[in-house]
Amino acid sequence: MSEIPILSILIFIPVVGIFFILLIRNNDDQSSQNLKHTALWITFLNFIISLSLLFSFDLNNPDFQFEEKYAWIESGISYHLGIDGVSILFVILTTMLVPICILASYESIKFSVKEYLISFLALETFMIGVFCSLDLVLFYLFFEGGLIPMFLIIGIWGGVRRVYSTFKFFLYTLAGSVFMLLAIIYIFISTGTTDVETLLVYNFTANEQLILWIAFFTSFMVKIPMWPFHTWLPDAHVEAPTAGSVILAGVLLKMAGYGFIRFSIGFFPDASEFFAPFIFSLSVIAIIVTSLIALVQEDMKKLIAYSSVAHMGFVTLGIFTFTVQGIEGGIIQMISHGIVSAALFLCVGVVYDRLHTREIARYGGLVSKMPFYSFSFMIFILASLGLPGTSGFVGEFLVLLSIFTVNTYFAIFATTGVVLAATYSLWLYRRIIFGALIKDDLSEMFDLTRREIIIFLPLIILTIFIGLYPKPIINIIEPSTEKIVNQIKMKLD
Amino acid sequence: MQSLVYILPEIFLFIVATVLLVTGLFLKNIKLINSLAIFSLLVTVILIFNQPFQSAFLNSFVVDEFSLVLKIMILIGSIASLIMFVSSKDDLNINIYEFPILIIFSTIGMMVMVSANDLLAMFIGLELQSLSLYVLAALNRNSLLSSEAGIKYFILGALSSGLLLFGISYIYGFSGNTNFNLIAVNINPESLGLIIGIVFVLAGLAFKVSAVPFHMWTPDVYQGAPTPITGFFALAPKIAAMGLLVRFLFNSFGEIYIDWQQIIFFISIASMMLAAFAAIAQTNLKRLMAYSSIGHIGYALIGVACFTDEGLRSLLIYLMIYLIMNIAVFAFLLSLKRNDGYFENISDLSGMHKNHPLRTMLIALIMFSLAGIPPLAGFFGKFYIFVAAIESEMLFLAIIGVIASVISAFYYLRIVKIMYFDEPKEEFDGSSIKSLNMLYYPSSILIIIFFIYPLPVINISEYAIQSII
Repeated sequence: MSEIPILSILIFIPVVGIFFILLIRNNDDQSSQNLKHTALWITFLNFIISLSLLFSFDLNNPDFQFEEKYAWIESGISYHLGIDGVSILFVILTTMLVPICILASYESIKFSVKEYLISFLALETFMIGVFCSLDLVLFYLFFEGGLIPMFLIIGIWGGVRRVYSTFKFFLYTLAGSVFMLLAIIYIFISTGTTDVETLLVYNFTANEQLILWIAFFTSFMVKIPMWPFHTWLPDAHVEAPTAGSVILAGVLLKMAGYGFIRFSIGFFPDASEFFAPFIFSLSVIAIIVTSLIALVQEDMKKLIAYSSVAHMGFVTLGIFTFTVQGIEGGIIQMISHGIVSAALFLCVGVVYDRLHTREIARYGGLVSKMPFYSFSFMIFILASLGLPGTSGFVGEFLVLLSIFTVNTYFAIFATTGVVLAATYSLWLYRRIIFGALIKDDLSEMFDLTRREIIIFLPLIILTIFIGLYPKPIINIIEPSTEKIVNQIKMKLD
Repeated sequence: MQSLVYILPEIFLFIVATVLLVTGLFLKNIKLINSLAIFSLLVTVILIFNQPFQSAFLNSFVVDEFSLVLKIMILIGSIASLIMFVSSKDDLNINIYEFPILIIFSTIGMMVMVSANDLLAMFIGLELQSLSLYVLAALNRNSLLSSEAGIKYFILGALSSGLLLFGISYIYGFSGNTNFNLIAVNINPESLGLIIGIVFVLAGLAFKVSAVPFHMWTPDVYQGAPTPITGFFALAPKIAAMGLLVRFLFNSFGEIYIDWQQIIFFISIASMMLAAFAAIAQTNLKRLMAYSSIGHIGYALIGVACFTDEGLRSLLIYLMIYLIMNIAVFAFLLSLKRNDGYFENISDLSGMHKNHPLRTMLIALIMFSLAGIPPLAGFFGKFYIFVAAIESEMLFLAIIGVIASVISAFYYLRIVKIMYFDEPKEEFDGSSIKSLNMLYYPSSILIIIFFIYPLPVINISEYAIQSII
């Protein structure tokens, strides 16, 4: 255990960044450029620091590492941080995506730059906090706190129907989460603590588990989102600025998946087992229904948003099999989706910046004008549909493998989702990239700029690296996942 | 004679108010009078800290930890509204030297209220407070709205005082005592007359804290009264009446809490829900804040309904946070000023983040805090309230509470939406008033950084409740 409170540093560097940014004037183009540079360097610094986690992380230790614990609001509720194999990758995913988002906003955000960057830095604090906190109240604080900057990001810099979307996003997720708050308070009163480590070995009675599980579930179900409470997601994605969509798909949805792994199945194994068929059904419905909906979309962002719901369906399928492969598959699927869907939204952002429309029908034949773009877009589309050799395959494969061992019917239905994913993804790609370049306004399109290449390069490398050689990732995840599964088995017996 | 020492702060304030009243006739310098009033309120704070804990006048007036904390909060509220007054008196047409004096009189009344341990002392304090407030509400003589507010408040307030007195007479008749402790000793749980008395007294007190169904005056009075006075209404009297309510219920009727608990239960639910829905349709910021305060009182009443240490603690935490948030909001409202006057409509805020980025960001965070979104202070207020509710197995109250907080999030968000998403208007020039900024920035920053170190507030409330339970 290191002496430096590295997790606190990660969480609070963006806050320090906010102070810096508040001090910089913002009155002309030059100064707003300075603001963006400042924010970029701060978040990049955070990314570098988070990489150091990887080096000092003990792979053989399934327990929480880098722990910090200070008295906070009263006995039983403390400021307790720590990460294990499940959460470390999400932390790094977050710190990686935020500088990419800021870089992606260099050209597209023209007004209120200061507020924009402050919102992003605050959001980063909250997101890292979610994955690091080992106290339920602290977790809730970060989980809900993220709503404030996201509300502003969609509402101020979003598209035409941004007000409707951002209200829907905020109220939907808030309404889902308040019951989790009551559940947390109930846990606090009946056990005297909200410390996650203590609660993981605590046994709730069967009835308590059912009620508490439902309370946690409403919150995560809305956030991840599961059918039928997914409708806020396409709206929010379509209206959000590119970077907002990237963060939304890349990290915010993963908070709920992480919550499922850590809390739902960790605290309430009996209830989880009881509700598993229910979750499977919802997930399978989500996979098939939203894939079909994705097929008929006219809007690129909406299509990718619906595909996100389908992909998250695989995640919940995997998690609730209670097998090591299933949970690993769920985590890898989340990491991969975090990279790939983020990249896909960035791809949409690239053409949107040039033509200012997301309507699929307005495009076609881009391959002749934008070869580099077409290449990167192809990689991500293939990863999104789960082609072997890309990161999307690893997660989906592990999930399907585990679900086959549990229930064949669900597995068969889930597999059709893979086919449907291929259909809508490839069809989207064909309509945008291939064909003859006949539309007049497309002739002005230019290929990726250097900034955009810098954005895409790490994402491409990661997608292929995880796809070809997932071993390092699995090595990180496995000990902690095994521990979780063993704990569940022990509690169930 | 010894007893007089125990009410030294009240006596001091009374002398100050009388002296200022006389000097004000000859000395036409309102600013000086106001500064003297602020100074004497600060002196009172020191006097209160040095007071021994004791009861006076045959135990009808007690000085204890609870009254100390509440008095300090009331004085903070009074000082804040005097600061608001001095920054806006010329423009609001309330250039009247009696303002600080009336505030002081009302403050004395409130200090008596939170120390009252006797039905008569309670009534004296309440009336001193209310009569000053009636005049304050109508202070802007030339404004129709202000006069209407004053008359409305007076008539309804007099009615509620009547109800209160009626209830007091019942309680006295059926228990034979006016002292809270003696009532508790001689209580007859079977007595129906006592219950009727409690109901009437609670109706009167619910009027003072503006809880549903006795809230009707609130929006009109909030809107009609000049803004510094509205601020005063929102800050101090609510806290004082809440303290009185607690002492009245806990000290004298603790034994039959089952009976009054359901009343508080009902008015708490009604306040939260009605405020959440009614505020959605408001276009005037002061009216909206009126409904917002009704809702917040609903939450605070959950703490009373619990009848536990936890409940009382959460009530005090909630009131402290409520006080700070409201200081920020009203200081903000007073800065919405251009040459031709003050702006009170929500639509006037449109796009103001363009011209006042920092100010708007802070008020937006205050709005999120009022809505109870973490990590801001408002969340912790609600958190402790819900902890208390669930601990005393009032899950239903907690569920209604969270549902109401989601609904009310909508109207707070609407303000944020208008400030950030809509087209900008002209700049406000009230943002450069130093005295207002002195209130606005510290209070809003306190709200934001509260989560880093919330222990002081919790310790203070734990300190305060030890004399009640």
